[in-house]
Amino acid sequence: MDGRIVAAPEWGVWVILYFFFGGIAAGAYFIGTLIDLVGHERDRPIARLAYYIAFPLVLLCGILLVVDLGRPERFWHMLIQSNTGLPMFKYWSPMSVGTWALLLFGLFTGVSFVGALAEEGRFGLGRFNGPARWLHRGPSLFELAGIAVGFFIAAYTGAVLTATNQPFWSDSPLIGALFLASAASTGIAALLLVMRFARRTPDDSVANLERTDRWAMLLELLLLIAFVVSLGSLAPAFVISIYGLLLIVGTLAIGVIVPLVISWRTHPFGANSTVIAALLALAGGLVLRYAIVMGGQYVSVAGR
Amino acid sequence: MAQVPVGFYTDTSVCIGCKACQVACHQWNDLPADLAQQPSENSPGRARPLTGNSYDNTGSLSANNWRHVKFIEQFNPERTETAWLMMSDVCKHCVNAPCLEVCPTGAIIRTEFDTVYIQQDVCNGCRDCVGACPFGVIHMAGAENAGKGTAKKCTLCYDRLQHNLTPACAQACPTESIQFGPIDELKKRAEARLQQLQSAGYSKARLYGADETILGGLNSFYLLMDTPETYGLPSNPKLPSRSVLPSSLFSIGSALAVGLAALFSFRVRRVNQLHPEGASGQDAADFDGDA
Repeated sequence: MDGRIVAAPEWGVWVILYFFFGGIAAGAYFIGTLIDLVGHERDRPIARLAYYIAFPLVLLCGILLVVDLGRPERFWHMLIQSNTGLPMFKYWSPMSVGTWALLLFGLFTGVSFVGALAEEGRFGLGRFNGPARWLHRGPSLFELAGIAVGFFIAAYTGAVLTATNQPFWSDSPLIGALFLASAASTGIAALLLVMRFARRTPDDSVANLERTDRWAMLLELLLLIAFVVSLGSLAPAFVISIYGLLLIVGTLAIGVIVPLVISWRTHPFGANSTVIAALLALAGGLVLRYAIVMGGQYVSVAGR
Repeated sequence: MAQVPVGFYTDTSVCIGCKACQVACHQWNDLPADLAQQPSENSPGRARPLTGNSYDNTGSLSANNWRHVKFIEQFNPERTETAWLMMSDVCKHCVNAPCLEVCPTGAIIRTEFDTVYIQQDVCNGCRDCVGACPFGVIHMAGAENAGKGTAKKCTLCYDRLQHNLTPACAQACPTESIQFGPIDELKKRAEARLQQLQSAGYSKARLYGADETILGGLNSFYLLMDTPETYGLPSNPKLPSRSVLPSSLFSIGSALAVGLAALFSFRVRRVNQLHPEGASGQDAADFDGDA
């Protein structure tokens, strides 16, 4: 008998969508800044595209989080103590740290977004081209901090789940790592998808991005298997539940293995292979969040 | 001003399942009934169906039921003998409270009586505390008349404590199964009762949460007649923060792997692309479908 009788926090569609879009934003952003940091000048269009993707999604994430609250008008209580006006920050609470990190991430992505516009001379921002390029040229503190914040946003949502007493969530230390790998693969998938339709990018840059994607998907594949194994005695109950089946079929098979095979050797759909692989990877990322968020709350285990 | 820590000692061996504690809690805290259908202007609401679980009519703790009497019926394999365990469940007011630890708004505080209290005007309904509680105590109010959108649980009658009154449930309990008082005094009473029961042959009797092994101690602790799991209590609940370090380390490892993938794809590979004559045998070992 497991002995745990817990209440579900009833995190549903808004939280799942936040985890998903936040993952894409974080993945796109840290890939963009990594390219800026270690890539070649020819790869810069990918980085700028990443910044165009990240910032609007971060704004959407903020809205999703506020809407999810039981009392949305009090969202600012996460940041400011309502009775003293002092900052509200608890370094030992993943949700508290995550709230501040999301605010910081909004600042980073916002600056990079405006910088990308300036570099491309859009909306009359061309006169800021110099400062914008300075921010993203070579190893700058801005880039290093941006990568760190991007990685944090990608992973902390998993830590929020792990830092509970819910079955499955609290039984595996791998959810944060898994979400980060998924953020990389979905962030790159979003980049590849937009690049396919909206931006001319050198073929060798695209090839390098796809190569990074394959490594990210391989990491996600290994972490998915390790996650299920790490559930220990609860793994069978999870695997035979609808959420376990979704994770295995929807994420592992359709969202990771199939795109990996398509991207690696075969390209069976010709020019559309990249688009199909990207769409499957994105769908797999959404199913991953759904299966883990809902599975931790509504899978029946003995004694629950 | 700090007071002497106070709490509950619940002796389940004398609980008779009368639910006077539930009624007193509802009355004092003006808690509405949990209905199957919430009342509206055109509908008076509908009563919940019977749970079918012995004499239990409320099922669990909830936003409106801050006390819940559990009925646990045990039979021997031949079904010739039965034992009927009863236990009035409530917030444990943990010394190291998981809900208080994770609360990102500071809505959950420790009072001057060393109890755990949710400030209703601060809570914004993020529900992190619901998932953090290992006892399934905290629930979200769903009905307008119950303060919709904020987290609810036993306050240990904070308003009564401020006026030197005993919490309503303990006041109403007719068998003194629920006892209220300074924690140190309650522990002495519990130890004496435990020795009495064990010397009378109740070998499974034990205290739950009276010492510091469970979340630093529970200011609402129990004398149980069987294992904690029999009552649906976790034997070893943990503080959420204990999960943060391992989760962080694995996440850092994952980040390093992704960073290295980008480095090799966009740096090493790029050098080879721009200077093909300098390319080494590295390509042969690449995870590369385009090569």
